[in-house]
Amino acid sequence: MSVELDVFVGNTTIMDEEVYQFWLDGYTVNDAVKVRMEGGVLEEYEASTDVLLSDTMDQFRTFQMCERLLHTPAKLANQLLFQIPPHRQTMLIERYYAFDNAFVREVLGKKLSKGTKKDLDDISAKTGITLKSCRRQFDNFKRVFKVVEELKGPLVENIQQHFLLSDKLARDYAAIVFFANNRFETGKRKLQFLSFQDFAFCAGQLISNWTVGAVDNMVEDMDVDLDKEFLQDLKDLKILINDKDLLDQHKSLVCTALRGKTKVFNEMEANFKTLSRALVNIAAKLTNTKDVRDLFIDLVEKFIEPCRSDRWTSADVRLFLTYYTNSARTLDTFRHQVTWDRYMDVIKSCILKMYHD
Amino acid sequence: MPGKLKAKIVAGRHLPVMDRASDLTDAFVEVKFGNTTFKTDVCPKSLNPQWNSEWFKFEVDDEDLQDEPLQITVLDHDTYSANDAIGKVYIDIDPLLSCEAATVISGWFPIYDTIHGIRGEINVLVKVDLFNDLNRFRQSSCGVKFFCTTSIPKCYRVVMVHGFVEELVVNEDPEYQWIDRIRTPRASNEARQRLISLMSGELQRKIGLKVLEMGGNAVLGYLQCFDLEGESGLVVRAIGTACTLDKLSSLPTAVLPACNSPSREMKESPLAQAPSHGCRSSHNSPVHSAAAASARLSQGFSVSVPTLIFTGMGSGGSAGKDGGPLKTLLRQQTQSALEQREFPFFTLTCFPPGFLIHVGGVVSARSVKLLDRIHNPALGNTRSYKLLDWNSFTADEPETRDAWWEEIRQEIKSHAKALGCHAVVGYSESTSICEEVCILSASGTAAILNPKFMQEGCLDSYSEHSRLEDPAPPSCGFCHIPYDELNMPFPAHLTYCYNCRRQKVPDVLFTTIDLPVEATVMGKGSLIQARLCRLKKKAQGEVNATAISNLLPFMEYELHTQLMNKLKLRSMNALFGLRVQISVGENMLVGLASATGVYLMALPAPGGIQIAGKTPSDITYEQHISNMQKKINDTISKNKDLYEVHPQEIIEEVIGSPIPESRQRSRLFRSHSESSDEVSELDLSHGKKDAFVLEIDDTDAVEDIHSLLTDAPMPSGFYSCNTEIMPGIYNWTSSLQMFTSVRVFRLNNVNLTNQGLNKIFNDLCENLLKSLYFKLRSMVPCCLCHLNFAVAVPEEELIQVAVTAVAMTFDKEQAQENFKANMEKAIMKVISENEEQLQFPLELCTETPAPQPFSPSKGTGHQDGGGIHTSARATSVDYSSFADRCSTWIELIKLKAQAIRRGSIKTTASQEKGSPLPEGRSRSLRCMRPFPSSTVSVVKMTPLSFLPGTRIIKYLGIINMFFIRETTSLREEGGVSGFLHCFIAEVFAMVRAHVAALGGNAVVSYSMKECVFMENPNKNQAQCLINVSGDAVIFVRESEAEATAAAPQTSSMQNLSGAAEANA
Repeated sequence: MSVELDVFVGNTTIMDEEVYQFWLDGYTVNDAVKVRMEGGVLEEYEASTDVLLSDTMDQFRTFQMCERLLHTPAKLANQLLFQIPPHRQTMLIERYYAFDNAFVREVLGKKLSKGTKKDLDDISAKTGITLKSCRRQFDNFKRVFKVVEELKGPLVENIQQHFLLSDKLARDYAAIVFFANNRFETGKRKLQFLSFQDFAFCAGQLISNWTVGAVDNMVEDMDVDLDKEFLQDLKDLKILINDKDLLDQHKSLVCTALRGKTKVFNEMEANFKTLSRALVNIAAKLTNTKDVRDLFIDLVEKFIEPCRSDRWTSADVRLFLTYYTNSARTLDTFRHQVTWDRYMDVIKSCILKMYHD
Repeated sequence: MPGKLKAKIVAGRHLPVMDRASDLTDAFVEVKFGNTTFKTDVCPKSLNPQWNSEWFKFEVDDEDLQDEPLQITVLDHDTYSANDAIGKVYIDIDPLLSCEAATVISGWFPIYDTIHGIRGEINVLVKVDLFNDLNRFRQSSCGVKFFCTTSIPKCYRVVMVHGFVEELVVNEDPEYQWIDRIRTPRASNEARQRLISLMSGELQRKIGLKVLEMGGNAVLGYLQCFDLEGESGLVVRAIGTACTLDKLSSLPTAVLPACNSPSREMKESPLAQAPSHGCRSSHNSPVHSAAAASARLSQGFSVSVPTLIFTGMGSGGSAGKDGGPLKTLLRQQTQSALEQREFPFFTLTCFPPGFLIHVGGVVSARSVKLLDRIHNPALGNTRSYKLLDWNSFTADEPETRDAWWEEIRQEIKSHAKALGCHAVVGYSESTSICEEVCILSASGTAAILNPKFMQEGCLDSYSEHSRLEDPAPPSCGFCHIPYDELNMPFPAHLTYCYNCRRQKVPDVLFTTIDLPVEATVMGKGSLIQARLCRLKKKAQGEVNATAISNLLPFMEYELHTQLMNKLKLRSMNALFGLRVQISVGENMLVGLASATGVYLMALPAPGGIQIAGKTPSDITYEQHISNMQKKINDTISKNKDLYEVHPQEIIEEVIGSPIPESRQRSRLFRSHSESSDEVSELDLSHGKKDAFVLEIDDTDAVEDIHSLLTDAPMPSGFYSCNTEIMPGIYNWTSSLQMFTSVRVFRLNNVNLTNQGLNKIFNDLCENLLKSLYFKLRSMVPCCLCHLNFAVAVPEEELIQVAVTAVAMTFDKEQAQENFKANMEKAIMKVISENEEQLQFPLELCTETPAPQPFSPSKGTGHQDGGGIHTSARATSVDYSSFADRCSTWIELIKLKAQAIRRGSIKTTASQEKGSPLPEGRSRSLRCMRPFPSSTVSVVKMTPLSFLPGTRIIKYLGIINMFFIRETTSLREEGGVSGFLHCFIAEVFAMVRAHVAALGGNAVVSYSMKECVFMENPNKNQAQCLINVSGDAVIFVRESEAEATAAAPQTSSMQNLSGAAEANA
C-alpha cells in the first residue's frame, strides 16, 4: 500500500517556523524529517515517521507555492490564495530574505551576475550551505539590487518599502547593494578576519557620509554612488604629508597630547609619519575606481596591520585617531577642515570597527 | 421584465504575462449574462489594468436572474490572432435577489482558469434593481432565503416549519457529448461549470417555488448534490426544510417562548445528573424487515436493500398507563399537522428546545440501481423494453430519478412508522456511483415532534397548552421511547429513564441529529468510527448490482457492531450525528460510519465488554482471552478518565432495586433476545452486572477486537466529534482553523483478503487522524469539530478519503472553573437564595455538598421503588406513588436547574470580562487587522453553524460553487499532491473572495460536498471537480456586540440558540 496523494489545506495557512527554516536552508524533505525526528517532536506528540513525513511534505509544498509571492513581498499582503495573518507574513518575508553570514561574505562586493552564480557550487562546498539555499540568497541579493538600482530616494527606505523588511535587514541589504555596486574587494586573505557585520557597518558609514545622497537626497543612485566632487576634494589633503612643516607640526601636536596616555607611545611616535602618509594617500587615491575597490584592503595593509604588529589596543587606536583628526583642525595653514572631517570621521569609525582579531 | 442587473468592471491586478515579447498583457473584459455580452476597452500593456468601465446593464426576467450566473471573462487582446482567454469569474447573483441579504457585490475576485488555476484578480461591482412582480403564475421564487445551516439561523426565529422540499434536474454531461471529442479541455470544463451553475440555479428556483406554495419564505438545511452518472448524464438534486422565518428584532420579547421552558436549564446543570441505577447493556442490530424487495424489475433493475434500524431498545411493563394515552394524544395532534405531507422529513439536525418530543432511532434505506447505458438519444425510442431510459427520450426528464428517490423515502417513512414515529429528522440523502451501478442511500432519525411548530397562529397559546399536558420531563424527554413497548418491531432492552424515572428509555440511542441542547450528558463526547472494506468480484450489469445489494446488509450489520463495541469501550450510551457511507468501487465496497458518542444521563450506564471463548479447555487459549480481556478493561478505564465519564456505580448498587426488577420482567418479555445476562453474571472481575459479550471463536469477533484495540488514543489536549457541538466543552476561545485534507491510497497488493483490506483501511483513517492531530498541535487544547470523512473508490485499487473539519481552541482552566463555579452557584442558590455576590467560590470543596440535596429524595425514591416492584409483580401496576415522588423530585431538579442557569450566565458574563486571555487575544487580533499594506479582508470558514465568541448579525446568502481543474503538466505542478493542494487552496480563495465581495467576514456551515479526483500519470494529466457550499455571514465579536447592545439584549441573544450559548 502506498500513499498516492496526501494534502492538507487550512483556511488559515499553517506554517511551522522550524520547517520553514529547513526549507529555507535547502533541506530535502527526508533530511528535514530526520532532523525533526532527532528534535524530539515525535515523542511529544506520539507521531510516527509517516506523520512527520506527510506534514513536512505538505509544508514544503506550501512554501514552494508561496515562493513566487515572496519574490515580490508586497503581493503577499494582497494576494487571495493564502490566508496568512499579517505577523506570519512578516515572519515569512523576513526569514526568506535572511541570509547566512558565511555566504554573504563570499559574494560581498562581487558583481551579482550569472558568472558569480556559476560559482555558487564552490561557495556551497566551502561554506557547507546547501546549493539551494545559496541560490535563494544570491537571487535575493540580485532581486533587491535590480529593484533599487534605478530608484530615487534613500536606499534603506526603498528596500524597506519594496521588500517589507525590518530596519536591520534593510540596512544589511543596503550594504550588500552598496558593496556590489562599488565592487569593494572583500575576498582577499588579509580581509578574512572581517565579518559581514564589520563591512555592513562600514557601508553604513560610507553611505551616510560619502555618497551623493549625503549632500543631496533627491538624485538617482544617491546612496549607491560615491560623491565624485568629494573624492576630488580629497586630493587637497595631500598637503598634510607633502608640506614638511605641516607634517611635523601635526606630529608634535598629536605627540604632546598623547604623551603618557598610552603604552605604545614610542611606537606611535616612530610610526606617525608612515601612518599619516598611509591615511592621506588612501584619501588622495580614491578618485580611481580601482583604488576605491581596494579601500578596505588598503586600510588593513597600511594602517591596521602596522598598528597590530606594534600591539596597539583598540583603545590606543581610538586615542590616536581622535587626536590625529582633531589636531589637524588646529593647524593654522590647513584649509580643508570640512573635507578632512568628512573623510576622517568615516575612516576613524571604519578602522575602529575593523580593528579586532 | 422584472429586473435590471448592473455590472461595472473596475480594475485588475497581478495579471499573468500574456505577451512574452513585452512581458505585459493587453487585457479587456467580457461581461455576459444570458445571451447578452458587453465588452470593456482594452487596457494596453499592463498587468494591473484600470478599466473603470461604465455600468453594463442587463434587463432580464427574474427567472433568469435566479438561474444564470454573471459570467466575466478576462482576455488578452491580440490584433492578428484570436484573443487569448486569461480566465473567468462566475458570480452567483442570487444573494442580491433577497432584500434582506446583500445589496451589492463588490470586491476582488480571483480570475480562474480551469487549466492554469488562479491568474490574477479582478475588481467588480454588481447591483440588481428588482421590480415587484405580482404575477401569480410566475416561475421565479426571488426572495426565498436558502441556508445550508441545519439549525435555526442565529438571527431568525421560526414562525413555522413547513417541512420537506425536494427537487432534481437532469441534463446530459457536456464531458460526454460528441462535441467533447473536438473541443479543448478548457472549453469542455467551462461548459460543464456553466451547466452545473445553471442547473443549480434552476434547482434552487424550483425549490423556492415549492416553498412559496407551502407558504414559507426560507429553506433550512439546504443540501444540494451532484450525481455524475457519466454517460447517462448529470443529476443535480437538492433537499431542504421549508420554513417561515422571522427576522429577530433585538428586543428581548422576540425570544422563542419555548426558551423559557425548563428544558434549557437542565443542560448546564451538573446537579441534574441522576444517579445511575443498575446497569445493563445489550447489542441490538435487528435486521428490519427486508422492505419492498425488488418487484420493480419491470421498471428496469432495482434492488431494495434490507435496511437496518439502529436503536437501543427493550421491553418493559406497562408504563402505558402513564405515558401511553398522552402519547397517543400527542401523536394525534402531530399527525394532523403532518398527515397531509407526503414526507414528514426534516433536514435539520438541531432544533429549538421543545421541538423534539421523542427520538426513536436511526432509520436508513439503501437501494442499488443500474444506470441507463444508452447515451445516444436517437436509439432510445427504438428500444422500448428499456424503461429506465429517462435521458433516451428527452434529456431533461427526471421521472425515473424522482421515482427512485420516492421509493427510498417511502421506505424511510415506513421505518419511522414502525418505530412509532411520525417524522424523520436529521434527514439526508446520498449516492455512490461506480460505472453503471449506483447506490442510493437515505438516512435520518425517527422522531415525534411537537406539533406547535407545525401550526401557524396558535404558537403562543399552544405552547402553554402543550407544556401543561406534556408529561415528559424536558431534559430527558427526547430519550423516552416513542413506540409502544408491547408492540415493538424488534427485541430491545428498556429501562426506566435515569433522569425522571417515569418513562422507558432504551439502553443505547443512535441518532443522526446533533445533541439536543436540553440533553444532560456526563463528561465529554468522542468521535467514533466504524470502518469496513469488503471485496467484491468484478461484474457487469445486474449481476454486479445483485452482488452489491447482497453485501450491503452484512456491511451495515458489521459497521453497527463495530460502532456498538467502540461505544462500549468508551463507556458511552448514545451516538449523535451518525453518518454511514457505503462507497462502491469496481472490486470492493468501503463502508465508513462516523458518529459522536456521548454518555446520556437519562440512559443506563453501559456494561463493559466481555470476551468469551467457546473452547475453555485450552489453557493457553484462556490466557490469551484473559489477556485480551485485561487490555479491554484497561482501555475502558482509561477512556473513562479521558472522557470524564464516571457513572456513579456505588449508588447503583444501593438503589438498584427498581431496575433489576424491570429487567427480570423484561427478560420474560423478550424470550428470544440474547442471553448476555447469564454469561456476564459469572464474571466477577468486572464491576458490571452484565456486559457485552464477544465470542472469540468467531472470526468476525477477532476482527472486531482487533479493530477495537488498534484505535489509537487521541493525544492529550485533543478531543474530536462530528457534530456541531462537542458535548462537555462550553468555553470555546475564538481561534479556529478550518481545513480540508485529502488522501488517496493505492493498494498495491492484488491478493488482499477482507481482513487485510480492513486493516489497511483502518490504518489509513487512523493515520489521517494522527496527522491532523500533529498538524494542529499548536492549538492544544482544542477540539476537532464536525469531522466529516468522505470515502470514495475512484479507481480499482484506490481509496480516497477526504476530511473537512474545524479545529477550535477552548480554555481548559476556565472549563474547570466554570464547572466548579456553576456547581457552587447552584448549591449556594439552593441553600440561600440571597447570596448572589459569590463569584468564584473555588476554594470550597465541591464534591461533598453536591450529592447531598439529593440524598433524601433518593432514599424515598428507593423505598418507593421497592414498593412498586412488589406491585409490579402483580399484573396491575400502580405507579401513582412513585410518579408522585418522581414529580416532586423533578420539581426539585427544575428549581435547581433554574438556579444554576441563572448562576451560570452570570458566571460566563463575568468571566468574559474578567479573564485576561480571550480579551488579550481578540485585542491582538484587532491590532493586526489594520495592517497597512493589506487589502484582503480576513474571511473565516467553518463547517459549524456558529463561530465561537461571536454573534452572527446577518446572513448574506448561500454560497454554492462548483469548480473543475485540469492539468496536462502534472509533474511540473508538483505531482498529484501539488495539483490538488493548489486546487483546494484556490477553491478556498474563491469562496473567501465571494464572501468578502458580499460584505461578509465568514462562511458558516461550510462543506465540501464533492471532491472527484481523477489522474492519468502516464499522460501527465489529472482532473479534479470540487463542489463546496456554505452560508455567507457577517459576524461581530461578542465583546463588541456587548459594547453596542444593552445587557438584557445580549442575554436574550444568548437564550436564542443553544449553540451560541454553549460557546459563550
